[in-house]
Amino acid sequence: MSDQALLAGTRRFALKAMLAAGGALAFEIEFAAAQGKSAPAAAAAKLTAFVQINADNSVTIKAKNPEIGQGVKAMLPMLIAEELDVAWSAVRVEQAVADQAKFGEQFAGGSMSTPMNWMPMRQAGATARAMIMAAAAKQWTAPAAELSTANGEVIHATTGRRAPYAALAQAAAKEAVPAAETLKLKDPAKFSIIGRPVRGPDTVAIVAGKPLFGIDTQLPGMVHAALLTAPVRGAVLRSHDAAKALAVAGVRKVVVLRQLGEEDGPVDGLAVVADSWWTANEARKLLDVQWDNQGREKHSDASFAASAKAAFAGKPAEAVLASGDTNAALAGASKVLKEQYTYPFIAHATLEPQNCTALFKDGKLEIWAPSQMPDEGRQLVAKTLGLEPAAIAVNLTRIGGGFGRRLQNDYMVFAAKIARDMPGVPVKLIYDREEDFKLDFFRPGGFHQFEAGLDANGKLVAFRDHLVTFGAGGKPGRGAELPADLFPANIVANADLGMTVMESNIPLGWLRAPASNTLAFATQGFLDEVASAAGKTLPALMLELLGDPRLIMAPKLPDVPDYFQPPPFHTGRAAGVTREVMKIAKWDDAAVKGRGFGFYFSHLGYFAVVADCAAGADGAVRVSKIWVAGDIGSTIINPLNAEQQIRGSMIDGMGHVISGLKVPISGGQVQVANYDTYALPRIDVVPPIEISMVKTDNPPTGLGEPAMPPAIAAIANAISSLTGKRVRSLPYEA
Amino acid sequence: MKTVLKVNGQSREVDVPSDKPLLWVLREDLGYVGPKFGCGQGLCGACTVLMDGQAIRACLTTLDAVGTAAITTIEGVAALPIGKKISEAWIDIDVPQCGYCQAGQIMSAVALLESNPTPADDEIDAAMAGNLCRCGTYHRIRDAIVKASGRKAAGGTNV
Repeated sequence: MSDQALLAGTRRFALKAMLAAGGALAFEIEFAAAQGKSAPAAAAAKLTAFVQINADNSVTIKAKNPEIGQGVKAMLPMLIAEELDVAWSAVRVEQAVADQAKFGEQFAGGSMSTPMNWMPMRQAGATARAMIMAAAAKQWTAPAAELSTANGEVIHATTGRRAPYAALAQAAAKEAVPAAETLKLKDPAKFSIIGRPVRGPDTVAIVAGKPLFGIDTQLPGMVHAALLTAPVRGAVLRSHDAAKALAVAGVRKVVVLRQLGEEDGPVDGLAVVADSWWTANEARKLLDVQWDNQGREKHSDASFAASAKAAFAGKPAEAVLASGDTNAALAGASKVLKEQYTYPFIAHATLEPQNCTALFKDGKLEIWAPSQMPDEGRQLVAKTLGLEPAAIAVNLTRIGGGFGRRLQNDYMVFAAKIARDMPGVPVKLIYDREEDFKLDFFRPGGFHQFEAGLDANGKLVAFRDHLVTFGAGGKPGRGAELPADLFPANIVANADLGMTVMESNIPLGWLRAPASNTLAFATQGFLDEVASAAGKTLPALMLELLGDPRLIMAPKLPDVPDYFQPPPFHTGRAAGVTREVMKIAKWDDAAVKGRGFGFYFSHLGYFAVVADCAAGADGAVRVSKIWVAGDIGSTIINPLNAEQQIRGSMIDGMGHVISGLKVPISGGQVQVANYDTYALPRIDVVPPIEISMVKTDNPPTGLGEPAMPPAIAAIANAISSLTGKRVRSLPYEA
Repeated sequence: MKTVLKVNGQSREVDVPSDKPLLWVLREDLGYVGPKFGCGQGLCGACTVLMDGQAIRACLTTLDAVGTAAITTIEGVAALPIGKKISEAWIDIDVPQCGYCQAGQIMSAVALLESNPTPADDEIDAAMAGNLCRCGTYHRIRDAIVKASGRKAAGGTNV
């Protein structure tokens, strides 16, 4: 599609309007579904892995991906139900088990559920519908082309014949599965479920306090396990005395965990197993343990800062991008800016602590896991414990927050190991909150040194970034990369990107919008300074840099699956959300004290945020208002959930900047143990948030992550504007 | 130690140490898994239950501190007139994202409306600030409390 066509197809709409229009009806029909009891088993017909038609003409649809609060348990079944052509009130949603041979990829990460499943799930619904229609065509000896469907019924308009799906389902189950290319998908103008507000399928159960989460797993004869690991991450268990712990009434066993877990974060520890988790956790405190730190205590924030300082005195160890002649452009520039930006390690701090239940019986392992990558977990358990993957069954539970923490499966390995040591006894492992912080895989800290050159007209002609980051063997760890398509290096004539990798004992993990959540802060903060130096606002500079609508291709990465390859960047879509957020914030070209802007493109979503800050009565800086504009393509599948994802992203972004999130490291130890020293945003700091979505003629993409990075930048820039002191280090500290 | 607890209008006998926190008695010994373990130190509010109508942190409240007080958990909340209104508002507005904190949020909201039937926006914030929501459902929490109170929204939050 041409850029002109793309822009011509651009329509704007407000989520608020979407929720108001048609909201009431959808609420009503969906409420019935949520209230529904489980489907009757008798005479149900299973058509495909995803679709079962029940005798009462209700439909059971499998939700294949882990639900971490991103709304996927409604979203994927909505796609199926739409093309199956049933009313949402007739749908019962059931969580699928981990079985990728049957369901395809099952993970919650990278905001990929929407782009990866938009077509396949619609096809899954259309497949079942085609099988039902084929059965009807045979029974009625009517040409298939004359049949239509509506609301869970097949209709033959010529004869006036109609039948509910349930009447045809047994026959349909025997029909051949049609080839994907023969399926006819709905005209989006006729969507009756996609685009309508739909509640979470578990909302009623959550409000009633029903067992849904991993931590709620109950099995007959179950025992409970609590972990103790070293204060210094990666320390080796030298010796221990468990006598006092074993003497506590109710304690059953102490299991030694040696170098179990992720390859880059193996952990030694002890698990106390008891008839109550509270007993196990109390007895844990009676363990007498000697750890061998093996020198890991040398790592600290001070040592990281010293290494970064040394690195900035020289050249980056690895070049990431060199385009044009940055040295010459800087030498010839009218104005040069050079600044350093830094941000700390942070933790995921999911409210449901890491946990897992496992039962090892007759050589087979069954696991109940709140995991974002359950099949990876199965493979890791198989490898670590020397079991066949086929001997391990993984049940997916609802997950009390993911944020990327549960892309790692350490808890699954630990629970499996303990269970294997206690055959026939189900074991539930729960991390105490302090262990949960200690055993996190942290969002990496990092240090940037930027340089920019402006010509006599205030045009950005050179851009350089040296990132001092974390990893091993010269390679950056999870979320610690410097991408070659970093904005504005991908757009400025002379650009130079390089990095230097530091080693530490702190394991790294992906945290919501990995890499983007730090890069947005640093690059958009520095560009805000560049804009000021040129006498402009950041959005004005952005629009100037973005220029005419066009696609900018990103260099391909080796050894990365297609769906994680960096996508092309569309300057027109970026400018579209920039203009839209300016419009809803009623902001013209002039700088406003206390107002900041941030743009970022990540996870296929284009988002621009404006934040206003003000000093409260106590003098503390508060965020007073946030405006967001986003472009995730043609369709917002579930606007009720979309609003939550975007608001949540803004609030999460506030945590990074203003609530004070950081995990200090000293003596190789994580210096955070609970929520008192890890201050996440609370209800009393949350400002009004105004959202507008720009629709473009592109396939819909995900919403779990891309709104957050620009929020971090906008809030930091707003504070810089308010205080007159540039925020170059996160979190903001007055 | 044998103790009789009053939970959701029923008398339930348990035989556990008297210093076992109420949260774990509810979850492990009585099968009420609605109250959640979050922090173990009264910092996150996920374990909030009502003790004689007051919102308390069950993770910090030992069994012997409960005595003869009546405990209400999320499982029993719909039996209270205000609890029913709150639950309905929570469902209508679809407050939960991951849902893990919501039992605690609802219990704090019930305690608030029991003592202050039509709280102002700042009173809602003050009463609910002890309950952490990692997903950030705070706008809908406010909206649901306002709705359950019967007050017309003052426009404190918007989309």
